[in-house]
Amino acid sequence: MSRALLVIIVVLLYALHQDFWFWRTAHPLVFGFLPIGLFYQACYSVAAALVMWLLVKYAWPGHLEEDIRKTQEDSNS
Amino acid sequence: MIPAIVVFIYLATVLYIGIFAFRKAAGGRKAEDYFLASRSLGPFVFLFSLFGTNMTAFAILGSSGHAFTNGIVTFGLMASSSGIVIPLTIFFVGTRVWALGKKYGFMTPVQMFRDRWECSHIGTVIFGLQAILLIPYIIIGIMGGGTTLNSISGGLIPYWFGGAIVALVVMGYVFFGGMRGTAWVNTFQTILFLLFGAIAIVVIGAGMGGFRSAAQAMLNSPAFAPLLTRERISPLYFFSYTFIPLSAIAFPHILIFCLTAEKMNHFKKTVIFYPLCILAIWLPCVFLGVMANRVTDVPQIRAKQEARRLLATQGKTMAPEARDDLREKAAGDDVILLLLQRYAPLWLAGLLGAGIMAAVMASDSQILALSTMFTEDFFAFYGGKRRFGEGVQVQTGRLFIVLITMVAYAVALRAPETIFELAIQYAFSGFAALSPLLIAALFWRGSTKWGALAVTLWTASAVVAVAVYQHAVPAPAPGPATVSWSIAGLDVLARTPGGTAVFGFMPVVPMVIVSGLLMIGVSMLTAKPQQSTIQRYFPPA
Repeated sequence: MSRALLVIIVVLLYALHQDFWFWRTAHPLVFGFLPIGLFYQACYSVAAALVMWLLVKYAWPGHLEEDIRKTQEDSNS
Repeated sequence: MIPAIVVFIYLATVLYIGIFAFRKAAGGRKAEDYFLASRSLGPFVFLFSLFGTNMTAFAILGSSGHAFTNGIVTFGLMASSSGIVIPLTIFFVGTRVWALGKKYGFMTPVQMFRDRWECSHIGTVIFGLQAILLIPYIIIGIMGGGTTLNSISGGLIPYWFGGAIVALVVMGYVFFGGMRGTAWVNTFQTILFLLFGAIAIVVIGAGMGGFRSAAQAMLNSPAFAPLLTRERISPLYFFSYTFIPLSAIAFPHILIFCLTAEKMNHFKKTVIFYPLCILAIWLPCVFLGVMANRVTDVPQIRAKQEARRLLATQGKTMAPEARDDLREKAAGDDVILLLLQRYAPLWLAGLLGAGIMAAVMASDSQILALSTMFTEDFFAFYGGKRRFGEGVQVQTGRLFIVLITMVAYAVALRAPETIFELAIQYAFSGFAALSPLLIAALFWRGSTKWGALAVTLWTASAVVAVAVYQHAVPAPAPGPATVSWSIAGLDVLARTPGGTAVFGFMPVVPMVIVSGLLMIGVSMLTAKPQQSTIQRYFPPA
């Protein structure tokens, strides 16, 4: 997955936090008791976890550990 | 008394965990072992302890109290915004700070700043501001402990004694166990938090006869229906709150915790599961806080609602002191405790009370962080370690823990809680405004120590300015804000019922933006560190 696409996904997720479309309504009550605005934000948290998984899978800064390994090798030699 | 006994068993358990960690410590006289657990925490402990460290009393008591007054908006304001911003900062900043700590042996953020920008006294200024912003948390933790033990024991344990017990237990396991003990206790506490939310919602839901009828009744009530929407909060205010979680990574105790992971891979689980852990704790607490408005047979809840009603209907004609008094009466920080007393069986109320104590006692990592900062950024930096050795440095850190806890306890006995609650509000904005320091140090070769100093001085000035303004202009009654300064019909500065608005935003927004601009502007005008230093942070590809 390209870096640009990941950036777009993260920016989109940040923007989706501002869910003005459920601002003034409690309907429908999900499961009969959960206002839609609260249910949306709960789902948002799950979406955040999924995006974090994408970042970890496709943009993990593994070079940092590589850099430490090289530094340690240099200091040992 | 049964709940209080269960809570005492809990307190004894966490104290034992701290002492057990002390026995397990292989190199107890080494600073890195005591302050950073030898950078050896595994993935499970790292996730839960980092998360637990960031969950203060506010996660359970404050979130339900805020939701009781403001409705479901609490979750979007404080939980889901943290669920995206905090893992992102851990992913981008936490991993890099961990790597630099491993490479160059840093134990505090200020050590890194001093090295990165080739500065000494500017580092001390940053240390000073971080310490000042952190102290209110420690005081409020002790106050929360005293209040909670007093409440759980039905008034049998006086506030001063409850506060003393909590202070002694926290001091005990931090003193003996250092970072290892604190991390293990935080892990245990986080598991309790997670259980707390699930059990509380089942027990209280069953006690209330299910949530469906309660939610429906709230919808049909003109007074309570707005609590199920966000119509009372402006979108600009809601947006502003996404800046507050930037504070998390700038908190010294969080950043120091990032240095404790054994491997960088341990960050992976933390980053992915952080939003889910927030969801598991905050959703039940926020929902229960909202639903507490439907509980009609608890006199204290009725009294809070009456105070809220009076504030809304007659607040405008009242003196500011009378309004503040009513605000205090309407505050819902103890609604979860009241719901538990009403609906949970005694033994379960004790267990859940222990969960609340776990939240209240989150000041442990702040105490340890202050001690680490004092011994590393001050004692060691100004020659103490070189002169007296590492063993004395660790003992100094322990002595500092005793002193800071005693001072915090003495202050907690005398000062009103509201002062420190306010101070914490300012501290969140202050640490968020310090976050550009980290971004600049890690991602911008052109940043300089003068840019860092400008950010630090600006943050301190802005925090003081907001505090003075809010003290000088009393909070208005619920409704329109009191505009203090407007230009061409545009409200520049206004006092709102909950704080301050700058162009309609919370102060944290301009504070962070100006911090970033100052870092850029001042750095561009001032001399850079030596090329060799920059290359250590940005090695050539």
